[in-house]
Amino acid sequence: MELLEKLTVLSDAAKYDAACTSSGARRGKREGMIGCTSSSVAGCCHSFSADGRCISLLKVLMSNDCSYDCKYCVNRRSNDMPRVSFTPEELAELTIGFYRRNYIEGLFLSSAVLGSPDRTTELMIRALSLLRNEYRFNGYIHAKAIPGTSPELITQLGLLADRLSVNIELPSEASLKALAPNKTRSAILTPMRQISEQSAESKSELVKYRSAPRFAPAGQSTQLIVGASGESDRHILTLTQALYGRYRLRRVFYSAYVPVVENTLLPSVGTKPPLLREHRLYQADWLLRFYGFSADELLDDSQPDFDPRLDPKCCWALRHPEFFPVEVNHADYEALLRVPGIGVVSARRILVARRTGPLHIDDLRKLGVVMKRAQFFLTCSGSLATPLRLSQASVASNLMAIERASLPETEHEQLSLFDLTG
Amino acid sequence: MAWKEIIYQYDGSFEGLLCCIYESYTQKERPTTFLSDSDAEPCLYEIRMVPTVQEHTERIERSLIKLSPDVLPFLRRAFLTCLEDKELAIYNFIAKLYKEGSAYLTRLSDDDYQPLLRAVRHLTGEVEKLRGFLRFSEHGGMLSAEIEPENRVLPLLRSHFCERCHNECFFIYDRTHREALFYANGRSRIVPLDSFEPVPPNAEEEAYRKLWRRFYDTIAIRERENPRCCMSNLPKRYRGTMTEFQPENDAVQAFSAKDSPQQLIEAPP
Repeated sequence: MELLEKLTVLSDAAKYDAACTSSGARRGKREGMIGCTSSSVAGCCHSFSADGRCISLLKVLMSNDCSYDCKYCVNRRSNDMPRVSFTPEELAELTIGFYRRNYIEGLFLSSAVLGSPDRTTELMIRALSLLRNEYRFNGYIHAKAIPGTSPELITQLGLLADRLSVNIELPSEASLKALAPNKTRSAILTPMRQISEQSAESKSELVKYRSAPRFAPAGQSTQLIVGASGESDRHILTLTQALYGRYRLRRVFYSAYVPVVENTLLPSVGTKPPLLREHRLYQADWLLRFYGFSADELLDDSQPDFDPRLDPKCCWALRHPEFFPVEVNHADYEALLRVPGIGVVSARRILVARRTGPLHIDDLRKLGVVMKRAQFFLTCSGSLATPLRLSQASVASNLMAIERASLPETEHEQLSLFDLTG
Repeated sequence: MAWKEIIYQYDGSFEGLLCCIYESYTQKERPTTFLSDSDAEPCLYEIRMVPTVQEHTERIERSLIKLSPDVLPFLRRAFLTCLEDKELAIYNFIAKLYKEGSAYLTRLSDDDYQPLLRAVRHLTGEVEKLRGFLRFSEHGGMLSAEIEPENRVLPLLRSHFCERCHNECFFIYDRTHREALFYANGRSRIVPLDSFEPVPPNAEEEAYRKLWRRFYDTIAIRERENPRCCMSNLPKRYRGTMTEFQPENDAVQAFSAKDSPQQLIEAPP
């Protein structure tokens, strides 16, 4: 089959994977090698596809010839479609050709399960070592660790790649059993634990010896499918928090389930992917990682799912009137971060700017605070940003009105103002 | 006594601008406008040509470094931005800094500071984007690229691309500011260049462009299409020089680069 056709089939099969970042690894230039990843720790977006997602890596499968039969997946065994594989040479040449032209930052290599996880990983290792050693590629590589692979092979894979990831796929054991019968929770968590331990070990070795081998220097990430099974947002967020804490994951990605197959256990094919829910989960994910929130604060038993009409931070603020108003000129960094409309950057700027004198409302806008949200929650030198003392319900309706403009058309509905605060 | 108002003309370099500041403080003059060599025009006010003297530049540099080590790099960046009357903005900023001392640097919302901060942020954002959005073409082992930035980004893209492509030989042409960055064998230079005509792609280059376009089109999930998000992440003004937005035969890219609109209109269809 021609290379163009192969690329089409194998990138089409890989597109549902959300992870496409090139962050977290510093690989300086080396004589005789092609490329580096050191320019920016935050990674580099080379393009944005029509769905608005960043394209940073050449995201392809090694092969789509899968022996598993996961119900939600396009590559499942029972699906009738052309089956192709890249040869290691094709993959290496494609990566180098794209990299030199500044199309990509590196390679994202995943694969369907060819026979067994071990055999698949061996093929991936062969392709990656050809790329690293023969083609002298020094750019970013993100490799998928396939659940059930033996630890020795994971070690080899981690020494070639910058980042590894194991997909959790479904947020609970029960859903896995129903929808991905070949996968189990422990098969997924075992490599995850191994990667997190080895990565930490390699880091401490590197402190002692400069030339110690680097095992997955950019850490690991994972992905959850949202909306294919019945878990609540609270369940997903608590799981996320545990993954960040226990396995030191760099990122947890959420992927709104796009129905690709008709199955009684799954949402029907016409169903729209729950994009807004995915968006709210990402917002909450940011709150966990950068804003010092915990999962229990954002959601609890009485409210297991996010409100589609308001972002998680506003919801939290409305449920905690005792915390507000925050006095911008005295509050500490943590308190500033809890104000809707103030982010990490604007909070830092406030800390710097207030050193030389008290801030006024006009200053805040110049510092990048989103006043249309923040105005209800802060005071500046004792004076409120809004002249009126608003009731909780009217604050909620104001915030929703702001939010509504950015929501997709279908999300509009007649609101009852008192639902939220009641 | 109030300082005399005057127009300064300088050589268009950052060092030259620092000399204007030296001139202003030694002559007790307040510049109302700055002209660089290229945009000289007759005017009723007094225009003074300020020569660039290394000693004067260094004097100002020392005074700024004494206030904070971060000021000079910040001002160098500010000088590369497309801020309107950036020279005057930089002058006003430095004047205030001298008057108030280094504490002024924390007054992020000051009316003479904030526009500069915003302009530098715009510049930094553009550099960040172009690191990814720039597209090289290969001709006989040499890589070439064109960009159309709003700010003068080449000096800031220099270190990134020299490191990333350290074993290559490449050049980047800036259409807006008519200058080019050349790199070969570990050495790089930025030189003014009036025009640049891209070589038509060879078969291999054409094949890679085709592969990339196909990848770009395939990787999007149709059910999730989101033009607004795509547009805000990848604004239209960058797309003119990006491979994935050019039609298959690359005709558009070749035209806009080498012909002025006038020529295009006059050319027979």
